[in-house]
Amino acid sequence: MSVATRPIGEPASLDDVEVRAADALTAEARVAAAWRALASVEDPEIPALSLVDLGIVRFVKTQPDGALQVGLSPTYTGCPATEVIRQLVERALVEAGLGRFAVSRVLSPAWSSDWITPEGRRKLAAYGIVPPPDAVSARRLLQEVRPIACPRCNSVDTECISQFGSTPCKALHRCRECLEPFECFKCI
Amino acid sequence: MNAAAINVAPLLFRYVLRVGDLSLVLGQRLGEWVGHAPALEEDLGLANVALDLIGQARLLLSYAGELEGRDRGEDELAFLREQGEYLNPTLVEQPNGDFGQTIVRQVLIDAYQLELYERLTNSADERLAAIAAKAVKETRYHLRYSSDWLVRLGDGTPQSRARVQSALERLWPYTLELFEEDDLDREMADSGIAPRLAEVQAAWSRRIDGALAEATLERPRDRPYAWFGKRGEHSEHLGYILAEMQYLQRAYPGARW
Repeated sequence: MSVATRPIGEPASLDDVEVRAADALTAEARVAAAWRALASVEDPEIPALSLVDLGIVRFVKTQPDGALQVGLSPTYTGCPATEVIRQLVERALVEAGLGRFAVSRVLSPAWSSDWITPEGRRKLAAYGIVPPPDAVSARRLLQEVRPIACPRCNSVDTECISQFGSTPCKALHRCRECLEPFECFKCI
Repeated sequence: MNAAAINVAPLLFRYVLRVGDLSLVLGQRLGEWVGHAPALEEDLGLANVALDLIGQARLLLSYAGELEGRDRGEDELAFLREQGEYLNPTLVEQPNGDFGQTIVRQVLIDAYQLELYERLTNSADERLAAIAAKAVKETRYHLRYSSDWLVRLGDGTPQSRARVQSALERLWPYTLELFEEDDLDREMADSGIAPRLAEVQAAWSRRIDGALAEATLERPRDRPYAWFGKRGEHSEHLGYILAEMQYLQRAYPGARW
């Protein structure tokens, strides 16, 4: 766990102003402001979604010493975006001027595609990526649950080309009706 | 930390390395397919599985480093150990061979990892349980991918069937090692950290029988021979993997992006 502070080399006076501004806010207001800042951070690989839409921001709270603490979960253990996401979060919190903070990784319980918000699902669909078709159930994960509709023509005459797409979280499908390939968010 | 926990730490360190090295070495092996797979989709598929495995290895090796308490992080453990210190089973270091052989190896290991991780989610060690809970979700997709391909190849043309059957014969002897219980495995099972390997084997065996039946392949007979990569005695193949994997860190110590 690393504690990020403001970038080194920033003028001390500006720093002081920021800290005073942060101090003036109540803990509750700072947490709310942090959530707003995080809601504006786009996922680097699916820019249609914010990190909050994706459900990977697990908590924002204040610690006894006043510092903010933000918990992030990786979608996949090897997802290369994980570290970029952390940097984006740190930058957004610095820019929001909310004072000291720490970003930690939360592994348990593991992130689930069920946590994508309804707003996130709507944005995914509008972006042309089929949202996770079903709620996660370990029992059914080894087979395809029901036909997946093409995001372009809505035909359910589609097939899975590969369980793995351009990012770890998506599978590659094809529509037999309009012949277009499309991506589908995996249930995990 | 209580006295019992202190005693278990060095053993837990070795056990976590065992679990992590399997993912690390297999991830490195699968990475060799990038740019060489039979189709773009399989290139992406194998690379994605490799990526998940490396991700799991990072979590596990970082944890192992903390348990050891000698200031070695994931990078030191991955890149600066000698061959005899790697504790992965011998199966995962076997060469990729053709696509069929890679798929056979993958089915055998995916099914093993799935049964292992499912049980590790109940581990008495919370950190290991959390890592397993994350990894098990990914592993289900890996097995879905590899067993789909096993069926397509096994129940495919005479040529594809012959190739995967022969890969199965070649790799089968290495599977015995996965379930060969040694002192470390017993110790971990006794302390509730890891499952009994006999239980993992029974579940693995049922899963593999199902996959082989669907792929119309024959299960090879067990031959009484076991390898011991998981206690550091490896086949000649691991050295070549390490030479490639460790070159950069050894030539440029501490290199960073």
